Amino acid sequence: MSAGASLSSRIGAALAAPIGWLAAIIDAPLKIWQRATGTTGMAAFFLAPNMLIFGVFVLAPFVINFFYSTTSGNAFFLSDRTYVGAEQYARLLDCGSYLDTSTCREDLFWNAVHNTGLFVLLQVSLLIVVSMITALILNREIVGRSFWRAVFFFPVLLSPVVVGLIWKWILQRQGLLNSVLFQFGYEPTEWLTDRFWAFAAGITVSVWAHMGFFTLILLAGLQAIPRDLYEAAEMDGTKPGRMFWRITLPMLMPNLLVVIILALIRAVQIFDEVYVLTGGGPGTSTLYLTQYIYEVGFASLLRNPGLAAAASILMGAVLVVLTLVQLQIGRRNEKKGARE
Amino acid sequence: MKVKISIVGAMAAALMGSSAAFAGDVRVMWYSDGVEGEVIKDILDRFQKDNPDIKITLDNVAYKVVQEQLPIQLESGQGPDIARVTNIKELANHWLDMRPMLSDPKYWDDNFGSTANWMRPDGSDAITGFMTQLTLTGGFANKTLFEQAGVAIPGEKATWDEWVEAGAQVAKSQSLPAAFAIDRSGHRISGPNVSYGANYIAADGAPAKVDDGVKTFGGKLVQWVADGKMLKETWVAAAGSTYRAAAEDFINAQIPFYYSGSWQVSNLSSKIGDNFDWVATGSPCGTAGCSGLKGGAALVAIKYTKNPTDVVKVMEYLSREEIVKEFSERTLFLPAHKGVVDKGGLKWVSQDKNVPAAMDAFVKAAGQTLPNADALPSWKWSNAYYGALVTRLSQVMAGEMKIDDAWARIDQDIADKVAQAK
Repeated sequence: MSAGASLSSRIGAALAAPIGWLAAIIDAPLKIWQRATGTTGMAAFFLAPNMLIFGVFVLAPFVINFFYSTTSGNAFFLSDRTYVGAEQYARLLDCGSYLDTSTCREDLFWNAVHNTGLFVLLQVSLLIVVSMITALILNREIVGRSFWRAVFFFPVLLSPVVVGLIWKWILQRQGLLNSVLFQFGYEPTEWLTDRFWAFAAGITVSVWAHMGFFTLILLAGLQAIPRDLYEAAEMDGTKPGRMFWRITLPMLMPNLLVVIILALIRAVQIFDEVYVLTGGGPGTSTLYLTQYIYEVGFASLLRNPGLAAAASILMGAVLVVLTLVQLQIGRRNEKKGARE
Repeated sequence: MKVKISIVGAMAAALMGSSAAFAGDVRVMWYSDGVEGEVIKDILDRFQKDNPDIKITLDNVAYKVVQEQLPIQLESGQGPDIARVTNIKELANHWLDMRPMLSDPKYWDDNFGSTANWMRPDGSDAITGFMTQLTLTGGFANKTLFEQAGVAIPGEKATWDEWVEAGAQVAKSQSLPAAFAIDRSGHRISGPNVSYGANYIAADGAPAKVDDGVKTFGGKLVQWVADGKMLKETWVAAAGSTYRAAAEDFINAQIPFYYSGSWQVSNLSSKIGDNFDWVATGSPCGTAGCSGLKGGAALVAIKYTKNPTDVVKVMEYLSREEIVKEFSERTLFLPAHKGVVDKGGLKWVSQDKNVPAAMDAFVKAAGQTLPNADALPSWKWSNAYYGALVTRLSQVMAGEMKIDDAWARIDQDIADKVAQAK
């Protein structure tokens, strides 16, 4: 053994000793506790801190939020609010036609629902396609591959507010993009005050901000596909497009499903970067559900916490469904993996 | 039926509000738009020197804290002892009635009587505080741009149409994006609405249906956006009742005319500097008058204080005529003290030659407000009206709603707010 290795071994032992003593001290009462409560009791004991935090910061707010949704009035504290049962839900769901928001009593809520639905559809589709293409490119032996991976992941590290501000500087009337267009003789475009462009800008910015994360998941999936499958296909003269559809996509499907579900959940929750970018405008064309809840519950001049709570419960129900789908897919993949 | 979930309420109260002062201390919650934080600190330091037995703590906070956190603290019976607030009517139940403790209540009635209703519950004669600043909505013109365009600045009695037309000529001549901008705020368009004959308040004190005055000026705003005369992004690029100021566009000389209010004087002065000359114009006229809308921030005593005697001492000191005069002169705020206003001769503390004229213009315009506008600051449904106007008119401007539908929605939105409060 070299002198260096011996030294590091001794340092390691010195550092490990206090941990050993600590473990011995803890061990005795734990053994007594285990004898008293059994294995199930020990599991509950170790889970208790986590469940306590979950209960205080997740479960309790959810229950309180539900109570809020059954009350009305301007008062903040539940004890001062009037119980109205399901009235807030009835108000939200009161529509002549759910496809025509002008027939709805809470038209802004339904504008937000429609916008969120369209946003989810377009943003998730675009996000998956762009992330997939990026992952496929980054999976190849390209020059500066590590650099490009970092470049595409970088926006994920940015705060959503920073993302919104950066793109606002680019897209506003006197922003970078219009300046560049002007240099080339084009008229400035109303990127943030035209309903179509503002909606498109929200999707683009959101895809830019989140694609790095999903690219990373897909890249990990691509690297797990055995190379010999491609080599065998090449020997059979299979074209690249067919290899993608017949090998890459089926092998990547477990990762892809997780990506789709996560992207769906995130898209339903969209708020900060688009809020900073467009404020929900023009009109209500980029008003999404989370912003609606925030506006009604906190930001409007006369707040309505009950209505906001009811809207958040409805939105939460959608998210629960998506989460259950994700769990189901996860279990199915696990079973499939176990069979193979 | 009232639900009684007092444990939850108590827990939330304990979590959210814990800044109440102990006896002997006076805690002041203050926010600043400009230099007023430094000025009030200076004044309070002098008070403290003369009254060493009272310990004053000045908490300089963001305006958002006053708007969003203070109401929650107050609901839980907590909060500071004194606060500078703008939401003075809706929270009036939390203010301390100082009348029984004041050494000279008549001084307060005489000098702050005209705004006392703004900050006390309806039907009460309580003295709860005083306005630290009286604001008035009004316009600003970029004198340099008008001169460069060879367009005369419209006169005192010029209408909104004349102002917008003049601004459009300047914008065309100087290649500017729009003739004018107005802050995205229901408060800001209410003076002009009243100038066209609007009355928000029904005979019984409840909100009236949207009338021809609102429809006239609202319709003009929508048309001006469609014509490209009003800066589109201020109103269109946001949803709901989100506040957006257009001050930066005026400061950057992108618009020749800007409708905002007296509180912008200090901001414009510090940011424009010598870049161009500007003037305050008062409010353009409609068919019923040339009204702006008064408003402002008040300093109020909080009824949950454990130290009312010392709180009243501090409030009496800050409300003194010479202190109000000094505060107004140094902060460039319009005073709400009748004695100060009547005596006049305020020496605005500024090196900027545009400032004294602008402040004098606002003082003059304060005398032109119409009764329907003067009633709004003390009316409890003002915010319901303001929010509905902004939300729905923005939708019309963005092209997603017809204007007739917007009027119906505004009435419905306001009715919902009234029902919600019952």
